[in-house]
Amino acid sequence: MSTEPANELIGSGQEGSVRDQFRAWRARVRHGDMGALPAIAGFIVLCILFAVLSPYFFTERNFANLVTQAATLVMLAMALVFVILLGEIDLSAGVTSGVAMCLFVVLTAPGGPALHWLVALVISLLAGAVIGAFIGFFVARVGIPSFVVTLGLFLGFQGLELILIGSGGVYRITAPPILAIMNSNLPNWGGWLLLAAVLGISAGTACWDRGRRSRAGVPNRTITLLWIKLGAIAVIGGVAVLLLNQNRGSGAVVVSGVPIVAPITLAILWAGTFMLDRTRFGRHLYAIGGNPEAARRAGIKVVMIRWYAFILCSTLAVVSGLFSASRVGSVDAAFGRDIVLSGVAAAVVGGVSLFGGRGRLLQAAIGALVVAVITNGLGLLNLPGGVNYLVTGGVLILAATVDAISRARSGGSLTR
Amino acid sequence: MAEVPLIELTGVRKSFGPVSVLQGVDLTAWAGKVTALVGDNGAGKSTLIKGLAGVQPYDSGVVKFNGEPVHLQSPRDASRLGIEVVYQDLALCDNLDVVQNMFLGREELAYGTFDEGRMEREASGTLRSLSVRTVQSVRQKVSSLSGGQRQTVAIARSVLKKARVVILDEPTAALGVAQTGQVLALVKRLAEQGVAVIIISHNLADVFRVADYINVLYLGQMVASVRASETNSNEVIGYITGLKTGAGASP
Repeated sequence: MSTEPANELIGSGQEGSVRDQFRAWRARVRHGDMGALPAIAGFIVLCILFAVLSPYFFTERNFANLVTQAATLVMLAMALVFVILLGEIDLSAGVTSGVAMCLFVVLTAPGGPALHWLVALVISLLAGAVIGAFIGFFVARVGIPSFVVTLGLFLGFQGLELILIGSGGVYRITAPPILAIMNSNLPNWGGWLLLAAVLGISAGTACWDRGRRSRAGVPNRTITLLWIKLGAIAVIGGVAVLLLNQNRGSGAVVVSGVPIVAPITLAILWAGTFMLDRTRFGRHLYAIGGNPEAARRAGIKVVMIRWYAFILCSTLAVVSGLFSASRVGSVDAAFGRDIVLSGVAAAVVGGVSLFGGRGRLLQAAIGALVVAVITNGLGLLNLPGGVNYLVTGGVLILAATVDAISRARSGGSLTR
Repeated sequence: MAEVPLIELTGVRKSFGPVSVLQGVDLTAWAGKVTALVGDNGAGKSTLIKGLAGVQPYDSGVVKFNGEPVHLQSPRDASRLGIEVVYQDLALCDNLDVVQNMFLGREELAYGTFDEGRMEREASGTLRSLSVRTVQSVRQKVSSLSGGQRQTVAIARSVLKKARVVILDEPTAALGVAQTGQVLALVKRLAEQGVAVIIISHNLADVFRVADYINVLYLGQMVASVRASETNSNEVIGYITGLKTGAGASP
């Protein structure tokens, strides 16, 4: 290809100084493309509010608590993103994780098959994949609305959990590595290493992208933006690691460090984002969510992509169940029943559109943090339990309203 | 004209149950020329196009591509020959940007991941080759584009696919005056690049602005195939409404 001067190209919105980029970003936001902005603002406001209302909110111990409380929800919300992007829903994600965890404890129980925890874990994850394939079959192949299929499974799987565990039964999690996910921490240097890895990978992929773009002869965003982004990660991550590395134990026992669940969640967040942004599967997922007919005409295998999305969602839901089981330390017959709507709420609060086609994993994770902060903060205030549900429900409706309005602003109609 | 037409349909028939929609239709389209297909609602325009696109294969008749008889049994057959249809409801994804839409379904990869730089450059180059000046940024979402810009992106996508035949279904319906002008100019440039353009339109003024040949369907039969320069609006309206018949059914 001949190398023409850059001004022969149509603009790509990457040109210009930081100020130009900022102005373009503000125009996009006004256009309705707000991303996680409302969620981030909500998170900050809530943190300030709770810090004023409760002296315990901004303590090292509560911060670590918040991280582990949020992890289950973050994982579930990220799992749900894959189907919500298609404009579908999986109401059975919570009980799917319940069935898989019931399977796990039954398989590892000393009286039963007493399998090694790793073998049982693989079987549980496979069970999640099979359940996802089952849902995907009915939604993608048979063409039943996912709401109906997964509502049916939401009821059915509660029965399956009861059958697996027995009425009133509670199984303790005994495998130390499973318990360690939520209850053990990285050594203090491990937290800094994690932060360095995040920074390194962010810088590496950014340089890789810039290299490709300049080799193709198209403009790159100003490098200052990359420095700002890396700086933000360094500051936010640095503060988080610093807080988590403080001693939060009571008495003589020293407890400090980043909980082990953090690197696991970050790794899945990174891998999922990579898949959504840089591979055909991800791009086609967005395309189907935006306009299924256009996707079909472009030669995309719509049925298969839908199917894979449900498999991925159910499998990742099992991971969130694993986090929850590790935190609680036991599994009962009602495991995972109550969390799924919070997961959907988290994704929507983060700016993932229920209409499909818009949203990112990081947004769902931020949304989950908002919901977790509400639960955590209200818990500290000693308010009656009902208030928590009321507030979370109100925030969900608020977020869905923002979603609908921003959709209308960016060209779609308000009522559809 | 001595050379071979790129598309040559002879005696094409198609029935849906007892309803015979196409009753032995002939149509030719030449590379580098704009061939218009006009006719009233229900004349069989859509059925004729769907057969060419391989969506609804014809019952009988001969289809020649570049002089060679071909069978169009599926959209893949059509697309392998380089026949692309730009449908009225454009088939773009609102939530994706211009580049992503133009490459949808055939993204360019390097090391298993997208080569966004190369795709952006090719999309930009294609739009430039069509002298498109209305699209400000190839990275803006399609949801922020106007109707004319969307039509432009949809047509550019067929060019990017190296289409040899581009069928445009009502490209100017629902467009304003200025945008109609831009799209028609684009149609002309498309033909200048050597593409055989078949355009379906209800708007005769638009047809006369771009078409080299005009074909009129009336109740499943091709009642006229004439050079645009050798006819006029009144005559074509006569053919469309069935008041005038016969002349030059096979030129």
